[in-house]
Amino acid sequence: MIVMKKMKLDKNLKSSLITYGMVIAAYIVMQTLVMTDNISSLMEGLFVPLCIYSIMAVSLNLTVGILGELSLGHAGFMCIGAFAGAFFSKCMNGAMPDGIRFVCAILIGAVVAALFGFLIGIPVLRLKGDYLAIVTLGFGEIIKNLVNVFYVGRDANGFHFSMKDAMSLGMEADGEVIIKGAQGITKTPQDSTFTIGVILLLIALFIVLNFINSRSGRAVMAIRDNRIAAESIGINITKYKLMAFSISAGLAGVAGVLYAHNLTTLTALPKNFGYNQSIMILVYVVLGGIGNIRGSVIAAVALTLLPELMRSLQDYRMLIYAVVLIGAMLFTWAPKAKEFREKYSPKRLLALKKAQKEAK
Amino acid sequence: MKKKLLSALLCVAMVASLVVGCGGKEETAEAPAAAEESASEEATGATFKIGGIGPSTGGAAIYGQAVKNAAEIAVAEINEAGGINGYPVEFIWGDDEHDAEKSVNAYNSLKDQGMQMLLGTVTSTPCIAVADEAAADNMFLLTPSGSAVDCVANDNAFRVCFSDPNQGAASAQYIGENGLATKVAVIYDSSDVYSSGIYETFAAEATNQPFEIVAAEAFTADNKTDFSVQVQKAKDAGADLVFLPIYYQEVALILNEASKQAYAPVFFGCDGVDGLLSVEGFDTALAEGVMLLTPFVADEDNEATQNFVAKYEEQFGGVPNQFAADAYDGMYAIKAAAEKVGLTPDMSISDMCEAMKVAMTEISIDGLTGDITWSADGEPTKDPKAMVIKDGAYTAM
Amino acid sequence: MSFLGYLINGVSLGSVYAIIALGYTMVYGIAKMLNFAHGDVIMVGAFVIYTAMSSAGLSPILSVILAMVLCTILGMTIEKIAYRPLRNAGSPLAVLITAIGVSYLLQNLGLLIFGADTKSFKSIVNMEALQFAEGQLTISGETIVTIIACVIIMFALTSFVKYTKAGRAMVAVSEDRGAAQLMGINVNGTIALTFAIGSALAAIAGALLCSAYPSLSPYVGSMPGIKAFVAAVFGGIGSIPGAMIGGILLGVIENLSKAYISSQLSDAIVFGVLIVVLLVKPTGILGKNIQEKV
Repeated sequence: MIVMKKMKLDKNLKSSLITYGMVIAAYIVMQTLVMTDNISSLMEGLFVPLCIYSIMAVSLNLTVGILGELSLGHAGFMCIGAFAGAFFSKCMNGAMPDGIRFVCAILIGAVVAALFGFLIGIPVLRLKGDYLAIVTLGFGEIIKNLVNVFYVGRDANGFHFSMKDAMSLGMEADGEVIIKGAQGITKTPQDSTFTIGVILLLIALFIVLNFINSRSGRAVMAIRDNRIAAESIGINITKYKLMAFSISAGLAGVAGVLYAHNLTTLTALPKNFGYNQSIMILVYVVLGGIGNIRGSVIAAVALTLLPELMRSLQDYRMLIYAVVLIGAMLFTWAPKAKEFREKYSPKRLLALKKAQKEAK
Repeated sequence: MKKKLLSALLCVAMVASLVVGCGGKEETAEAPAAAEESASEEATGATFKIGGIGPSTGGAAIYGQAVKNAAEIAVAEINEAGGINGYPVEFIWGDDEHDAEKSVNAYNSLKDQGMQMLLGTVTSTPCIAVADEAAADNMFLLTPSGSAVDCVANDNAFRVCFSDPNQGAASAQYIGENGLATKVAVIYDSSDVYSSGIYETFAAEATNQPFEIVAAEAFTADNKTDFSVQVQKAKDAGADLVFLPIYYQEVALILNEASKQAYAPVFFGCDGVDGLLSVEGFDTALAEGVMLLTPFVADEDNEATQNFVAKYEEQFGGVPNQFAADAYDGMYAIKAAAEKVGLTPDMSISDMCEAMKVAMTEISIDGLTGDITWSADGEPTKDPKAMVIKDGAYTAM
Repeated sequence: MSFLGYLINGVSLGSVYAIIALGYTMVYGIAKMLNFAHGDVIMVGAFVIYTAMSSAGLSPILSVILAMVLCTILGMTIEKIAYRPLRNAGSPLAVLITAIGVSYLLQNLGLLIFGADTKSFKSIVNMEALQFAEGQLTISGETIVTIIACVIIMFALTSFVKYTKAGRAMVAVSEDRGAAQLMGINVNGTIALTFAIGSALAAIAGALLCSAYPSLSPYVGSMPGIKAFVAAVFGGIGSIPGAMIGGILLGVIENLSKAYISSQLSDAIVFGVLIVVLLVKPTGILGKNIQEKV
């Protein structure tokens, strides 16, 4: 495996460049459409979410595809990043220039999420397979649950924390409750733009693709393919596993900050930070191809767009979405469908034609 | 190879969905068009397009569907009576699955379809996000049921329902003034904006009232099947009144649990409790004596209400709840305000909004949820009625 | 006294989790897949019973049997169409995602057919609650029936797996699919049978879940489904007695933490306990320790 990767290094670089090129090309096309006013507001509003979910899919693919561990709590890290970033923005709003504040918020979201990834990773990564999956699901739910009872306020005396309700903060009259339990954070500045989203997506891709092709990345993949063999040649398993897991969590935190600054309200509902969201991100990863970073981006974009473009189907929209999802999974993954595809792939048909011509 | 095929497949799926989507659009466009023709003959394509957003799928679908159905009834009635200022009204709906992000998507999608005013969104959190988008576009927004304070923070936004603080304080005062209890327990949904919002102001107001809160028990959206602990804690604390700032589905479960534990305090709820008696299969005997402060009950002895309820039952089955009544009133409020300032569909969205902002504070409507007037901050003024459930029916207290 | 009350209520909640977990653990043990659609099969079962009882006026027992039959057919169809083609797909995740697709499909079908309105489920249990200490402590009929049903199902499943040919085939398939096939076991048939049993159990679970907590909506199965899955992992997934113990423990922990620590944080506490248990005993309470092969 490792030897093969080395031989393909140039191919790797080419593949990475194609991925970046794809994102940049999509960005340029979309920006042109926006400039010339040829795009619907629905699409325009979807740009940032598309970047968010692409980053999420890319970062989860690092855990699922490269590290080879099934995580069902990825939305939890997004939640941490979102709340850390939004909290910072809310506190510092007006105290520093908007651009710098947003960059700081992104960094803070990433660092806090990565830190949690590290702390959670220490116990979690000792487990295996489905047990690991259920524990990550558990952590994701714990994070969501804790955020929902978290109250933070600020007044002249500094910050006040409470896990009960806003009254027990004991604030002075001029104080402002920043995080209000289930009501979350409202009136966060809307800083996320398509350009920033694409830049962050490119950075995320750069980090992940470079990680995969680095010494550490190869060590991680060696652990995935055969833990015992990897250990026997002196790879520090805990270190590399934690490294991959923390990077993955940190990138999810970045997506979270982007999410928090896209809308003016941030609450931790089951819909946006619960296990359902984690599973949705996993769907992008699996449909796009486990370990296939470019596929993750494509699948995330396609599956985020699909229900939005089907809006006119009204109540049947989610039903059809489910059918398409099942169909796409069967088509991309079933061994029979693979055979079928290989048999009728355009490449093979072309080659066949060529062969026939030559025979003539 | 596989990657290419996959991307090709996804592209095909997307194109297919686009095609399907367009097909569907035509269909939905036809139905209102047919209604328009019969409604007003002088209409030459100029219609008011009023959008609605709410969860019509997902766990909160019940609220979104109620609003959607009721708004459709109101629009059909308005069109039958000649529309607004002689122009027919078209109602277009966007599903948001009770998610802020999806709600903004729905808002943008409706904008693409030519929405001029928005009756929405149904639930609070998405409403806050959409309200800010609408403020940026200066689009008029009237939420039927977004009760959080921030929903109407912008000056283009108004609401039909009570705000959460309003309900919490009013309930505490009512309980205190009428001496309903000395020991009160609260069971609320700590993961829900509506419920925790009411609870907070209730608890704050309770300190000024002659009763004390002996138990405040929470549940979350992920944990709302089993209420045995909450009920038992209220019972053990000796509460003689249980305040339920929650929706009727959970109230039904709590009443059931209380009857199992042979605990019979006074149950007191807000507008979310309305709908309890129409839960299919619910044993209404359990609800005997439940009190609620609500502006609307479905079996009120009033012609407009009965007419609305009959239409709703005929077209959609089931009895309309609070959300439906708010949406129905909201649509008529838009009509009244638009007629007040002589709105025409050819005005720009921003001009409409400016005109409506002023008009809303000048109108008063005699709606299903009472006589309503609005102040410039977007809050409605209407009287909640105190109701008690007696012999399986709501009765005024 | 109140502690006993919390405990009893915890057991009754736990027994509902346990009965769902039995179906989960059955399917997981043999097919080695997390069937996320299990909770939605429960929903279908509950709706069938509701419709049969309220519209067709069938007796509770007949309704449950009807629901079991329909759910069995549904489960086998799902398995055949959505899961079987992916059995050798190279990654176990493929079938997990399809299961999620099936779950969405069932929820949205339920929404379209039955509407979003919550329905109040009429209990199928017609039994007086047991009262102790002058009404201070009550054990509802539903709880008693659920626990009895749990125990019966647990013993029936255990003996089925131990003593019948089909059951032994299941064990063989779960231990080593390839070897089982070589021994002439019909792997596809065995897995289909597992889904049939799992889905029939889901129908019973639906009946008891909605009898104990009489609120029926298209989303009724999803959260208890996840909780039951957690319970199954708790007890050691794949282990039939483990599912029951895990379920009851989960219910008790949930209720006691609600009662004595914080009703807002009970989910976090439940998951926290789960995590601690899995860290101490990585395969759950009754899970088998599988030695790693070098």
